[in-house]
Amino acid sequence: MCLAIPVQVVEVDSAGRSGHVDYLGTKIQANFALLEGVHQGDWVIVHAGFAISRLDEEEAQETLALLREVRSLDPQ
Amino acid sequence: MPTNLYRDRRVITGLLGEISSLAKGLSGPIRLMEVCGTHTMSIHRHGLKGLLSEAGVEMISGPGCPVCITPDSFHEAAIRLVTERENFVLATFGDMTRVPTRNGSLQSAVPAPGSMVKIVYSPEEGLAIARRERSKDVVFFGAGFETTIPAIVLTAGEALEEHISNFAVLTAFWIIPPPLRAILSSGEIKITGFLYPGHVSAIIGTAPYEFVAREFGRPGAIAGFEPGDILLGVRSVLRQLRDGRPETANEYARVVRPEGNPAARAVFEKFLEPYDALWRGLGRIPRSGLRFKPAFAEVDAGLKYVLPPAEGVEDSPGCRCGEVLRGVLAPPDCKLFGRACTPDSPHGPCMVSFEGACYVHHKYERRKT
Repeated sequence: MCLAIPVQVVEVDSAGRSGHVDYLGTKIQANFALLEGVHQGDWVIVHAGFAISRLDEEEAQETLALLREVRSLDPQ
Repeated sequence: MPTNLYRDRRVITGLLGEISSLAKGLSGPIRLMEVCGTHTMSIHRHGLKGLLSEAGVEMISGPGCPVCITPDSFHEAAIRLVTERENFVLATFGDMTRVPTRNGSLQSAVPAPGSMVKIVYSPEEGLAIARRERSKDVVFFGAGFETTIPAIVLTAGEALEEHISNFAVLTAFWIIPPPLRAILSSGEIKITGFLYPGHVSAIIGTAPYEFVAREFGRPGAIAGFEPGDILLGVRSVLRQLRDGRPETANEYARVVRPEGNPAARAVFEKFLEPYDALWRGLGRIPRSGLRFKPAFAEVDAGLKYVLPPAEGVEDSPGCRCGEVLRGVLAPPDCKLFGRACTPDSPHGPCMVSFEGACYVHHKYERRKT
């Protein structure tokens, strides 16, 4: 039910309430009523046709830095 | 932002190594409950169940599959609607149609003349049918947690705004924190800590879980769905145990804000009210379900078609899905598992849903035992 994966916004309608996202290479419609100020290029989580969260670039980088640190400690 | 780092072999072995050392330093068995069907699926699909077990951490599935925790009486109400009413469309997500009840399933039901069961991928598709076919009554049968509820409710709101009077929703809306309290209070199973769902938390934020640490002294972490995300969550819970400082950690900060999604919660506030809902396996739990406020009776299929309130009905004979949902029974320990009950011929919803613990075990773990 929660098979929501990050997708990139490719189009936003003039009212900003819906548009299209790129889902594994396919353009699908998404409703943006639950997020304010969605822009083309944003990464969002879409669930049951509605974008429920926007990916935070800074937080994502922080997690990736953590993972890189773990990898660097692995002796192999 | 796509990256393979979340699945990098060295990242995974590194995190598992840390988890193993942390587990060795702790006394007693470490048993973590994942409270999200998508976590269950990811944990098994990526082999983390076995790897974590070797590292000293037992993962147990909780009541995180909405299709599974919806009692049979809801499914039976949906079957009655489409078999007794003519020119009626019952729209729902695919796995909902396969849940077996004593009256069969939506898939096996014979609809009344002019009626049909229609599988849709979003509630908006259900509304589109209602727009197109104004002579038919359309009901979207929606089971979901906090993640799915806003999409369904906003769709009902659109129907109201556009005066599409032939659309309504049969609600099976569940909220995640109350069953955690029920499981902790019952003492039926000792849970050391929790892996909290990622996308439910994107809606509700961190505050609704805080009672778990404050009142029950149990640690927990919100986690994402990649293998690396899940292991970061487990590591966080073990660190909290080591430090004796239980809290609600957020290891999925790229998606989950501490305050959640206020716009989605405003939708709950406007349209819905809490009630003491009935869960499969867990019984009636105070304020654990949401339903439309009386002002929105027009889109509430329960009121529109005067459906009786949900009552506890027996599961299929021999089906122990309820115990699986409480975490007290591992799927392979059910006598029906893999024999009389398989994904092709399921005896209960835990074997139907792609996120059901029985389905997931059958798909990913069966050959190993």
